[in-house]
Amino acid sequence: MTTPAEAPLEAPVIPYVDPQRRARSRSRARRDGLIASLSTVVVFAVLGYLVTSSPGWPKVQETFFNWDEAVAAWPTLIKAFVLNIKIFLVAEFFILILSLLIALGRGLRAPVALPIRIICTVYVDFFRGVPTILVILLLGFGVPALQLKGVTNSPVVWGTVALILSYTAYVAEVYRAGIESIHPSQRAAARSLGLSSIQTTRYVVLPQAVRRVVPPLLNDFIALQKETALVSLLGPIEVLRAAQINASSNFNYTAYVVAALLFVAITLPLTRLTDWLQRRDSKRRMAGAM
Amino acid sequence: MTLLEVRDVHKGFGDLAVLKGMDLEVGLHEVVVLIGASGSGKSTLLRCINGLETVDAGFVRVDDIEVTAPDVDLDEVRKRVGIVFQQFNLFPHMSVLDNVTLAPRKVLGMKRADADEAARGLLDRFGLLDKADDYPDRLSGGQQQRVAIVRALAMKPEVMLFDEVTSALDPLLVGEVLDVIRELKDEGMTIVMATHEMGFAQEVADRVCFLHDGRVLEQGPPAELFADPVEEQTRAFLERVARI
Repeated sequence: MTTPAEAPLEAPVIPYVDPQRRARSRSRARRDGLIASLSTVVVFAVLGYLVTSSPGWPKVQETFFNWDEAVAAWPTLIKAFVLNIKIFLVAEFFILILSLLIALGRGLRAPVALPIRIICTVYVDFFRGVPTILVILLLGFGVPALQLKGVTNSPVVWGTVALILSYTAYVAEVYRAGIESIHPSQRAAARSLGLSSIQTTRYVVLPQAVRRVVPPLLNDFIALQKETALVSLLGPIEVLRAAQINASSNFNYTAYVVAALLFVAITLPLTRLTDWLQRRDSKRRMAGAM
Repeated sequence: MTLLEVRDVHKGFGDLAVLKGMDLEVGLHEVVVLIGASGSGKSTLLRCINGLETVDAGFVRVDDIEVTAPDVDLDEVRKRVGIVFQQFNLFPHMSVLDNVTLAPRKVLGMKRADADEAARGLLDRFGLLDKADDYPDRLSGGQQQRVAIVRALAMKPEVMLFDEVTSALDPLLVGEVLDVIRELKDEGMTIVMATHEMGFAQEVADRVCFLHDGRVLEQGPPAELFADPVEEQTRAFLERVARI
């Protein structure tokens, strides 16, 4: 039952390219590469010269980019940075789960679920509106002040909870956008096969929605990695606080630069990972067709 | 035996009344083709039969299930009524095989191995076995639509509804999809199909229904209805279609 019209989808043929054209496009590629490297070198050389020739540069270099200071501060900073990573990982775990539940809760249409929908909507509206820094301060200083029995006063715990509350609201909206972007015909197709509403969401809507929102999710998580530094307001020695202590004890800001580089260093792999995941996914679905 | 019964069904969307007292009876093993202009209610009728749309008034029955009953279990209706859409609506994140086995596994509770085997058998029958592990994006429109039909058949429905299943296809690919439907007819499947393929309607239909203004205006065996329509609107429609 295959018709001739489907033949083009089968075995790819190596495309023929005119040798002259091939040669031309190669020489053009060489020229483009040369121009690109040349302009890059020139621009960065000029920028470098402008910065290093400024009158304040020796002073700045001494205070911000001091190699010996960086080496001296490194062990303290990296140890403190582990706390940032812990906060981030724990927060991310809970955010991914809670925000999905909130997003699904907002999508419930059954009359009996109205209270859930109201709670989810109010939650999202509230925590998206309040600055994260305020949530951290309110929880971090407010809860211990209540002197509740059996409840921890740890600033790290309450700082993390504050981050979770705040980011769950954002991420829930990302999920919800993804869920709503799936065309209703997908739901109709699944329902008409006899799948229940929950099965349809679980097997048809969510897998597609989550794939679509991976880039914006990642964006929020990179932001979250940086905002772990806000927990320093409550006192625990994470990397920003460690850098602060370092800077104020020897009047050198190099530790700040090192802390900044540490944050960059952990966000980069995450970005590359997502790029790779997405490429793999699209390659698998389009295998051979590109 | 009447397998499917639609009686005096009304359905509107906002201010727009689409079905205005629709009646239809389909017997076991019968192939009924719905024709009529866009907006005459063909798709809406099909969607009311499997409960994708709820009717505003009237009665729909499939075998022993009253679809319009207030306490109806629509999932039960949909297990027995297969529907294939104009736009295929395959699940793009699943392989062809998983598209076909999802409902048997999750709704009928079949084991993966059994569902896979049954699905491969069906795919093989319709010349799609070599596509089992491909993703829908890689298939031609005709192949996707055939997979959509196989996906519906995997639930072993008693009735198949086809909603203009060839309208989104390249003319060269229409034939392979119609071949599948022809084969289903030969096996005795009960079929209700909305289509603009008049030649095919003439060939496979036991009965052709001309829908006009939300009602079945005229119906009969294809030879009679196409050759000698009674109603003025039917005649006008057939003439318009013939000119295309």
